Amino acid sequence: MSDFFSTLLDEFPQVRSGLWVTVQATVLGSLLALLLSFALGLAAGSRLLLVRGVSRTVVEFFRGTSLYIQLFWLYYAMPQLTGYELTPILCGVVAFGLNYGAYGSEVVRGAINSVPRAQYEAAVALNMTPFHRMRKVILPQAWVQMIPSFTNLLIQLLKCTPLLWLLSAADLMTVIQTIRDRTGESLTAYLTLLAVYFVLAYALTLLMNLLERTAKRRLGLHTGGKSLLKTRSAEPAPTAGGAR
Amino acid sequence: MATDSAPLKEPADRAPVTGTTGVEPLVRFDKVVKRYGDHVVLDELDFTVRRGEHVTLIGPSGSGKTTILRLLMTLEKVSDGVIWVDGSPLSHVRGPDGSLRPAGEKQLRESRKKIGMVFQQFNLFPNMRVLQNITEAPVNVLGMDRELAEGRARELLDLVGLSGKTDAHPSQLSGGQQQRVAIARALAMEPEILLLDEVTSALDPELVAGVLELLGDIARTTDITMLCVTHEMNFARDVSEKVLMFDAGRVVESGTPEKIFTDPEHERTREFLNAVL
Repeated sequence: MSDFFSTLLDEFPQVRSGLWVTVQATVLGSLLALLLSFALGLAAGSRLLLVRGVSRTVVEFFRGTSLYIQLFWLYYAMPQLTGYELTPILCGVVAFGLNYGAYGSEVVRGAINSVPRAQYEAAVALNMTPFHRMRKVILPQAWVQMIPSFTNLLIQLLKCTPLLWLLSAADLMTVIQTIRDRTGESLTAYLTLLAVYFVLAYALTLLMNLLERTAKRRLGLHTGGKSLLKTRSAEPAPTAGGAR
Repeated sequence: MATDSAPLKEPADRAPVTGTTGVEPLVRFDKVVKRYGDHVVLDELDFTVRRGEHVTLIGPSGSGKTTILRLLMTLEKVSDGVIWVDGSPLSHVRGPDGSLRPAGEKQLRESRKKIGMVFQQFNLFPNMRVLQNITEAPVNVLGMDRELAEGRARELLDLVGLSGKTDAHPSQLSGGQQQRVAIARALAMEPEILLLDEVTSALDPELVAGVLELLGDIARTTDITMLCVTHEMNFARDVSEKVLMFDAGRVVESGTPEKIFTDPEHERTREFLNAVL
């Protein structure tokens, strides 16, 4: 056991850069996913059949195919097809982004649909343009509802990053694996990995809870002091419109 | 059960025949039909509203009163017929051959400029504070200067008796207060026509009188044309000059409040008034 930790300390620069790769893949992957969630989710509500169709197809494809195979395809097959070679991290970012963007688009679509129709009607009665209605009335209310689901997806995305090991990206998983191979201490190595990913995931949860609290406060909803430490929001989603 | 009687109308309610009236009514429903599938909500409805008039629509639930307001606000599309507002078709455009076609979003936005609406459930935007609820559309739709819009919003809040609530969230207000803000929000767009859709139905009884009083003030002090769907017969009596009694998508009877409430001609009107008064 002490073997493992002394190697870990000796190799600290590697471990640190491995952690950095994991964080990078998570942050960049989720930013791409967020972007795609909104693009695909808004497209799903378009009046144009073509736009809806494209969104649907992309979502179904990336939801319905394996993330492993997408990673392999991006890393090993795409260079043969196009001549472009992406770095392992970039492959991860693209695959994670597309996958979780597909899931996230359903979250966006659902949240937009859950904003009471009365809000849309009030915006029409004030003669707002469709874009103005979406940006100033519908999305700010839908956003609050998206956050808990986005938190789940974000943590799932983080937990997918060890797949980068398959592409020999020097992420945290890969670095710890190397140390395990060298010391033979599987138990400690994997326990350490479990703990590190848990800590990372919990940090993300806290961050997202903070975000949710700010978003709710903007709607004038009460936020209890304890809500920051909860792993997911338990109260029913806030709805706007009437004061029933 | 008035089965075979044709809807009664005042002469003024007929679609104007050319030459007989000099002034085009502000709102004219011309054989307006609204269907949901097989269900006919409005059946070749004709009626007019003059500029500055305060009209109350009464009648049993499902008689199509709210649908009329929703059609005027372009929240629904007519199935047939044409609604004219100030001489122009509300939700139609004239094609090159002179025929009327359903209007697109651009023309609808042009039509909506004249019309404002207050809803039963207030429908304030919960993501905006009270002041922004009122200034959002004047600033971003009318292009009004923000400071000017805020100044006017404060005046309107003063008018509705909520000058201290500019920075409150809608969720911190009572129903009556929310409805007052919603009225201020609609007035901020300076509509020529204000549609009031059962604006007191969702309020606690003790809050109703204040909102009605406010609307009465607005009716007396402005020249805004009002169409009001309400179950408050007192309001209909005190504020409006004309009451339209609806049943099954048709105007059964129309006239001054005194006439309708004291001497209704139609059996259906008598039944309805007996039930609600």
